[in-house]
Amino acid sequence: MTARIFAYIAYKAGAIDDTAAELFAAARKIDAAASPTAIVVGSGPDVDAVSKNACALFSEVWKIANDSLAYPNAELVRQALVKVIPQGSVVLVPHNHFGLDLGPGLSINLNAAFVSDVVAIDGVNGATLNVVRQEFGGQVSTHVRCKLSNGIVMNVRPGAFKAAETAPINGNIVDKSAEMGTLTAKRRYLATIVPEAGDVDITKEPVLVSIGRGIGEKDNIPIAEELAEALGAAVSCSRPVVDAKWLPKSRQVGSSGQTVKPKVYLACGISGSFQHLAGLKGNPFIVAINKNPKAPIFQVADVGIVTDMLEFIPELTEKVRETKKVTA
Amino acid sequence: MLEAAHVPAHAPYWLHQAPAVVLLIQILGLVLFAYIVARRLAPLAHAQCDLRWDRPIQRLGKLLKFWFGQWKHPRYRVAGTMHLCIFAGFIILATRAFYLLIFGLSQDFIEAGTIGRGYDIVADYAATIVFLAVSAAAVRRIFYKPLRYAQPPRYGRGRAIDAIFLLVLIAILMASESLFEASRAAMQLQSGTAAEFLPPLSLAWILKDVVASLSLSTLWELHLGAYLLDVLTFYLLLCYRPFGIQFHVETSLFNVFFAKLDRGTVKPVRWGVSDAQLDQVKSFGTKSFEDFTWKHMLDFYSCADCGRCSDNCPANAAGRPLSPRFLTIKARDYCFEHFPVFGKSNNSRALVGTIYSEDEIWSCTTCGACEEECPLLIEYIDKVVDLRRGLIDDGNVPKSIQKALKALESRGNPYGKLEKKRAEWTKYKDFAEGCHVEVFNGNDPAKTLYFVDSITSYDDRIQAIGRATARILSATGEDFAILGTAEKDSGHDVRRFGEEMLFQALRDHNSDAIRETGVNRIVTSDPHAFNALRHDYKDVPPVEHISQFLSRAVNCGWVRLNPIENEGSVYTYHDPCYLGRHNQVYDEPRAVLDAVPGLKRVEMARCRDRSFCCGGGGLMLFYEPKEEERIGVQRVRMAAEAGANVIVTACPFCMVNIEDAIKVAGFEGRMTAIDLAELVDQQLVRPPATASAEEEPELDEVHA
Amino acid sequence: MEILVCARRVPDTSENEITLNDAGNDIERDDLVYSINEPDNYAVEEALQIVAKSGGNVTVATVGTDEDEEILRREMAMGANKAVLLSDDAFNGCDGKGIATVLKGFVQKSKFDLVLTGVQAEDGGAQVGGMLAAMLDYPFASLVNSIEVLDGKKLKIGREIEGGNREISEIDLPCVLSIQTGINEPRYVGMRGIRQVASVEIPTYGAAGLGVDSSSVGAAAANIKREDYFIPAAGKGAEILQGTNEEVADKLMELLKAKGGVQ
Repeated sequence: MTARIFAYIAYKAGAIDDTAAELFAAARKIDAAASPTAIVVGSGPDVDAVSKNACALFSEVWKIANDSLAYPNAELVRQALVKVIPQGSVVLVPHNHFGLDLGPGLSINLNAAFVSDVVAIDGVNGATLNVVRQEFGGQVSTHVRCKLSNGIVMNVRPGAFKAAETAPINGNIVDKSAEMGTLTAKRRYLATIVPEAGDVDITKEPVLVSIGRGIGEKDNIPIAEELAEALGAAVSCSRPVVDAKWLPKSRQVGSSGQTVKPKVYLACGISGSFQHLAGLKGNPFIVAINKNPKAPIFQVADVGIVTDMLEFIPELTEKVRETKKVTA
Repeated sequence: MLEAAHVPAHAPYWLHQAPAVVLLIQILGLVLFAYIVARRLAPLAHAQCDLRWDRPIQRLGKLLKFWFGQWKHPRYRVAGTMHLCIFAGFIILATRAFYLLIFGLSQDFIEAGTIGRGYDIVADYAATIVFLAVSAAAVRRIFYKPLRYAQPPRYGRGRAIDAIFLLVLIAILMASESLFEASRAAMQLQSGTAAEFLPPLSLAWILKDVVASLSLSTLWELHLGAYLLDVLTFYLLLCYRPFGIQFHVETSLFNVFFAKLDRGTVKPVRWGVSDAQLDQVKSFGTKSFEDFTWKHMLDFYSCADCGRCSDNCPANAAGRPLSPRFLTIKARDYCFEHFPVFGKSNNSRALVGTIYSEDEIWSCTTCGACEEECPLLIEYIDKVVDLRRGLIDDGNVPKSIQKALKALESRGNPYGKLEKKRAEWTKYKDFAEGCHVEVFNGNDPAKTLYFVDSITSYDDRIQAIGRATARILSATGEDFAILGTAEKDSGHDVRRFGEEMLFQALRDHNSDAIRETGVNRIVTSDPHAFNALRHDYKDVPPVEHISQFLSRAVNCGWVRLNPIENEGSVYTYHDPCYLGRHNQVYDEPRAVLDAVPGLKRVEMARCRDRSFCCGGGGLMLFYEPKEEERIGVQRVRMAAEAGANVIVTACPFCMVNIEDAIKVAGFEGRMTAIDLAELVDQQLVRPPATASAEEEPELDEVHA
Repeated sequence: MEILVCARRVPDTSENEITLNDAGNDIERDDLVYSINEPDNYAVEEALQIVAKSGGNVTVATVGTDEDEEILRREMAMGANKAVLLSDDAFNGCDGKGIATVLKGFVQKSKFDLVLTGVQAEDGGAQVGGMLAAMLDYPFASLVNSIEVLDGKKLKIGREIEGGNREISEIDLPCVLSIQTGINEPRYVGMRGIRQVASVEIPTYGAAGLGVDSSSVGAAAANIKREDYFIPAAGKGAEILQGTNEEVADKLMELLKAKGGVQ
């Protein structure tokens, strides 16, 4: 494949994000021999540090440093990228709140195709790139063909591609900052508001009892709370529970909620949508309890139980209490 | 004896003018009263219409029973007895009141003969009793402060002063009347003329002794003073009453006469507007005060603030924001404020958000306990439904209810389950092998329709009630079938939650499906469906609840029941609101239970028409109320208090709430719940007695 | 403020079970209940709330066929002033860019201060909003969960980012925003409301009326083509514990203890 592959590098406070390596892996799925170019955008010492870091994986790292890019404002980043990325390229971006902001508009500016939330790449087939996406909250998958001729902007699902273990290399940094000129946008970043800390910080809990739509109604939540108490765990939840205002936002695990890294995660009545699982990091032992045997959660869980959580959980709680009494 | 000629020479000057003064007072009083009443009636002239002039004989009957007969009052012994005395006293004294008023103008108007004297004695005692009763009532209000009268701070300043003030005024009226008589008798004694007879121990009799020793002129002054006081107090009371709860003295007669005659029904969106014309109505429901009907406004005037409604309201008991008493009182206060007697009226503000909160309106389970209790026959359910109609019209609906309504619209059931699975409950393996349930398919000539409704069709636990009912119908040789996927939710609670148009769509669909089957009767195990088919649906065959069917079956010997095996089980029957209160089916379920040999049954303190709602059915299961304790939990405790360990109910929603409450209350292991159909199914002797298998029910017995 | 909301009719996931059809090339569509894409509904509610405060009109548009009119009617019943159907045979098989192209044609015909879309459709790629903005050269923001009108020229918006945080920005009008669920509480649309708009005329615009070049939209012009639907072969998947609830609870207890789940 002749198109050049670029990978947008996400980072926070100078630390490179896991998605960088994942994008590299995705690039290799497009073309096994590809040498994708990393793009690091920002300002100050952070962008320098991350660029250097990226050199361990990418043979070429384009650094774009500009004061106006101190905060990753997708509107400005888009302008910056358009100035340097050649037409017909394949640009990989992580599919998160930033990728959602950047990807679609970038594809129009580059006159390229756009494909969103890709979970697997089958490879190039002549003039098309074949990928896999999901629809209806992950209930079904689809094979998608993307026209390669004018390039593609691809939002890649974080965690979908496993970073390969490779020995670090010594890439070099190409400074593209000079090509920026003035960047102005009609959207200006003002501030980031952190939510008030709830009573429990689920990101610090090693064991979580997580509830989803399957809890049915607010009045059933004590069932989960009792199990959590018996286990010495905390209760977290998926988005629908917060939307219904049954639990505060601070308990939500997901791409728009908290990212948690527990040792053990009990997903009760949670279907396992991508947005929810996006908040689950590390390598927890996942127990899925769900009435629907086809729920996507069973794909990622280590252990699954097909049952009505409202009936099963109280039994489990009893068991835990008995066990504790014996060992206490 | 007020003619100028008869006034003693040494009587004060003002006494000479007394007749003129009295006349003036009377004229002023009457004119003022007329004006006040006219102003009070003003908002009713702008209200929505309400058709209440039909069936006058039936209305007169209600008037006699509930107004004149004070039928509901004794439900609260103490207060009821006191009120009976006051009311009886008022009726008796009414005649004397008129007599007295005219007496001041023309002395020739004297009661004569034995009847007159007999009446006088009765009246004197009446006055005494009333005096004692109001004094007792005042003491009770001041010192004992029954909880029912308490005004929670969020409703504002209390009205206890008002109530006590009125009681005191009535006491003064009785006292002045008695003093009038007493002073006259004393004067007669002193001047040596024949003293009229005052019945012993009456107030007048007592006062006579008290004033007997006073001088003649003082007695005169006392006599006339008492008279003037009497007249003044009378008119003061008359004109003051329309400003408070005492207005019920005047309005109660009309309120009872115009009371709702039909149980279990909901008023149409607009009286006089047919379903087909509803599209032209600009605004649905009650949003501002003038959207109430004139009868509703009359209800507000008639409330005596006795608190019996709220005392029986399950939502109130659970700590929900709803208190029926304050629904009325707040509306009344709003009316007084915005349509004042003196001053300009100003209105057009939304009720919800100002005097009512949304949660208050959604909290009502429509159980009807308030209406059952109110001695003045004030209506609540229609008002709540109208207020909900207004909220729905404005799109102001809690999210969980929205979801259920949307599912009802697209799938015909509030759970969003597939229509094609509505009859899946009949295919449950263990059941299907023993009992085949026919689904109407155009060829089937079954005579009876078993209307299952949504919860029994889809809820895993409740499907068992459906199966039990089907088995019972089968076992009795009933030729029945179900609508299957052609059935949609009865819409009973859709209507009561204010979504009238969706209800009509469901009703029309179901009515068509029912008529197509050609059945001549319907049976259901769901009291909400029962109520809907009986009262909300038109032109469908008569419907009965499975408990009525069973009661007849047991009576006629078509079913025989095995004795209860568990010696320790004590059963209590919980009257579902829509079977009991709204449809007056109390005895049949009990008869069925009593037909089970060896079944020990106890009654809860709150039973029959005083049954305590389980928490609400239909769409109420989707509402998340703010409450202190679950309504169902309170009910389960009542069962435990009665000494029962098994609650029998005859409604799927009651079953859900009660089973839930047993868990929440921590009664698992010592309390269980069972449906009447399930119990009968369990105890049924199979096969039934052969002789009765050929008998068929008389259709008249079935008719509602 | 003149607001346009771009909406889409999709199978309602909360009331449907999404399964594959027998041929295996599409989802089973019999028995499906369709409704407006949930985030789009939130967008309409947000638009209605904005014009309630600042005055203006709300227009709802969808690219589709006659079948899609029902969502337009529902949103009109909710309170939208106008609704338009953008329909043409040439639009069949549009990908996200195609839809954005059609919408661009409509936006340029009229004058809108604000264009809203839902953040993502059930069967979509969260792309139309961003593409439309770039085509129009309007600023864009996705995942918006709060909007404050600062004046006729700009808005203060909040975006939903990771960790439950909110990113606050200022954005100039005219702009395009994609709206996230939970931004407000949409009002109920009753049967009555729907009946009242049942016979309202909904204008339809085709390629010509919108000034859209037919060759730039539709299946032929699409960059992205969906080949089929499938359920992926169960990968590693979970070890399903079998047995009664009690037995399963026992087994699970053992596992939990082993994995440090019991503190």
